[in-house]
Amino acid sequence: MIQDLLTPAVLAGIVYSGIRLATPYLYATLGETIGQLSGVLNLGVEGIMLMGAYAGFYLTFRTGNPWIGLLAAIVVGALLGLANAVITVTLKAEQGISGIGVFLFGLGMSELLFRMTFGSVETVSGFGPVRLPVLGDIPVLGDLLFNHSLMVYFAYLLVPLVWVLLNRTTWGLRIKAAGQNPAAADALGVSINRVRYATVTLGGVLSSVAGASLSIALLNVFQQNLTSGMGFIAVALVYFGGWSPLGALAGSLLFSTVNALQSWIQVLGIPIAPDFALMLPYVLTIVMLAVPFRKARQPAALTKPFERGEG
Amino acid sequence: MAGIRVRMKSRLLSPSSLAVLTPLAAVVAALLVGALLLILLRVSPAEAYAAMFEGAFGSTNSIADTLVKATPLLLVAVGICISFRGGMLNIGGEGQLILGALAATAAILYLPDLPSWALIPLGLGLGFLAGALWGAVPGLLKARLQVNEILTTIMMNAIAVQALNFLLRGPMMDPEQALGGSFIPQTARFTIAADLPRLIPTRLHAGFLLAIIVAILAWVLLWRTTIGFRIRAVGLNPFASRRAGIRVNRYGVMAMVLSGALCGLAGAVTVMGVNHRMFTDGSAAGFTGSAGFNGIVAALFGQLHPLGAIPASIFFGGLIVGANAMQRAVQIPSSMITALNGLLVIFVVSSDIWRRRMVQRQQKAEAARALALAGAEPAPP
Repeated sequence: MIQDLLTPAVLAGIVYSGIRLATPYLYATLGETIGQLSGVLNLGVEGIMLMGAYAGFYLTFRTGNPWIGLLAAIVVGALLGLANAVITVTLKAEQGISGIGVFLFGLGMSELLFRMTFGSVETVSGFGPVRLPVLGDIPVLGDLLFNHSLMVYFAYLLVPLVWVLLNRTTWGLRIKAAGQNPAAADALGVSINRVRYATVTLGGVLSSVAGASLSIALLNVFQQNLTSGMGFIAVALVYFGGWSPLGALAGSLLFSTVNALQSWIQVLGIPIAPDFALMLPYVLTIVMLAVPFRKARQPAALTKPFERGEG
Repeated sequence: MAGIRVRMKSRLLSPSSLAVLTPLAAVVAALLVGALLLILLRVSPAEAYAAMFEGAFGSTNSIADTLVKATPLLLVAVGICISFRGGMLNIGGEGQLILGALAATAAILYLPDLPSWALIPLGLGLGFLAGALWGAVPGLLKARLQVNEILTTIMMNAIAVQALNFLLRGPMMDPEQALGGSFIPQTARFTIAADLPRLIPTRLHAGFLLAIIVAILAWVLLWRTTIGFRIRAVGLNPFASRRAGIRVNRYGVMAMVLSGALCGLAGAVTVMGVNHRMFTDGSAAGFTGSAGFNGIVAALFGQLHPLGAIPASIFFGGLIVGANAMQRAVQIPSSMITALNGLLVIFVVSSDIWRRRMVQRQQKAEAARALALAGAEPAPP
């Protein structure tokens, strides 16, 4: 039973799918991390993911070119992110609730469009695996790490990129200042609204790309509610990862590995209820959120709209 | 004349009438967006909306169906009113609803010989308790460890779905399913004794009346008791409440527990009044129909007032039933209504800025008037 899981082939399979399946979590969590660091909580990630997944899939299906699909997802994500910025930054809506609105909109809209344009489940070829030169030829590791879709590589590449953006650039400082002490940043001439518009729009793009990574790189299908809660997990992973890109990476890998493990348990027909394995990451997230020393790092102005002359 | 017009304008634009006008304006706006969408999909909006209205309110049966759909929405919405008023953003309605339904299901499956008068209160009571328990966890975590309740309630939703899937594919599965080899993840049909009584010869069941009573009780609790006053005070200003000697944590947890309990009750009522068995398609919405989220929409629409939640829930119940009728009549998927619900939420919370600005302006004007008055009077010796 359990021994079946410990064969090299199965373990390799778990690692391979763990790395692969972390992709959507990575995009969405990194985008949400940037947004939250600037002080905006976007609970609508799930809805934007679904719209991105649909847009990417639709255009890939029509044109046969996944790059055009990806471009569509980026455009849709930017538009939804911008709309979200208008709602949260300019109109100062309660972010915990407006996000539910964005979620419901994306859930309903993507299903509506799917039913009107497809009606039944179709598949596309999407971004297939690309074996990297040299690195891909390393025995064992080459297969596990360097034989993935381009969208998988880029998700991992994004981790150091976001780290540099946040920790080594003026923009990163502005983002964190907007989230920690917007009044002081404003006094120093940083336009809080401009920073937040940028981060929320970027967050929209990354959420949308996260959805597209499912529909045109990992699963290559679209159906209603394709993401089934991944967007909400991504929001939690931001807290789990302590608002750092490396934390986001760790959290994404943990969730995806557990997912991979449970699908292998099912494939091998091991009579362990997979539901408990699936429950584990959520329980773990709650526990992690409750561990006292971690929570001091939440951006001080998170969910607080900026009003000049307050605070 | 001019004076009257000014007075009328100021009354129309007072914060309290805006509270009623903005949701209505949001509905009109969402329906207009919907109409635009329908035109893009080459369907006549008039025809589609007529089919919707007819499907929701056109006959005794359709009105009954609307009220049946409104029932869980109303219970969840009232729960959301209590938690939001207490400063707790409970996004966990879905999970609490599932847990409530599971608890009622367990009682009914394992005590099939109880008579109706015992089984129905037991099922509803256990649903209430299970929801309360599921709400208590995020409430306590927030009160004791300052853990963000939005996240924990969302996590608790996911955990509830896994528990549901486990129980219905395993211990609670209909034994006949296992014998027949079809393995559909659902329980056996409940004993008739557990069915909520029907009100009129339609699908309308007593759960709707129960929900109305609960809404009235919640209004009494929030606006006519000390506990309710404290819950609202904590939600409005926790710092001032603490200064005034209110135990902020206790009332926050209480709001969350009550909210979870009502969502749990919604689950028990749904399973005992409508489905008469528990089932799953693997996702939360498969059983709940997203009532845990749509209840938030209804609560916001009713201005977070338990009595306002009654017409709001009936309206959204009608939207759901009407959307299905529209799907049949003009082949527009009913998911359009989910999208419009989302837009409604966005419109309502985004337009709140005008009301807040108005309140601020009035407060400033009053402060200025008070200052002027104080300045006009001789300083006390």
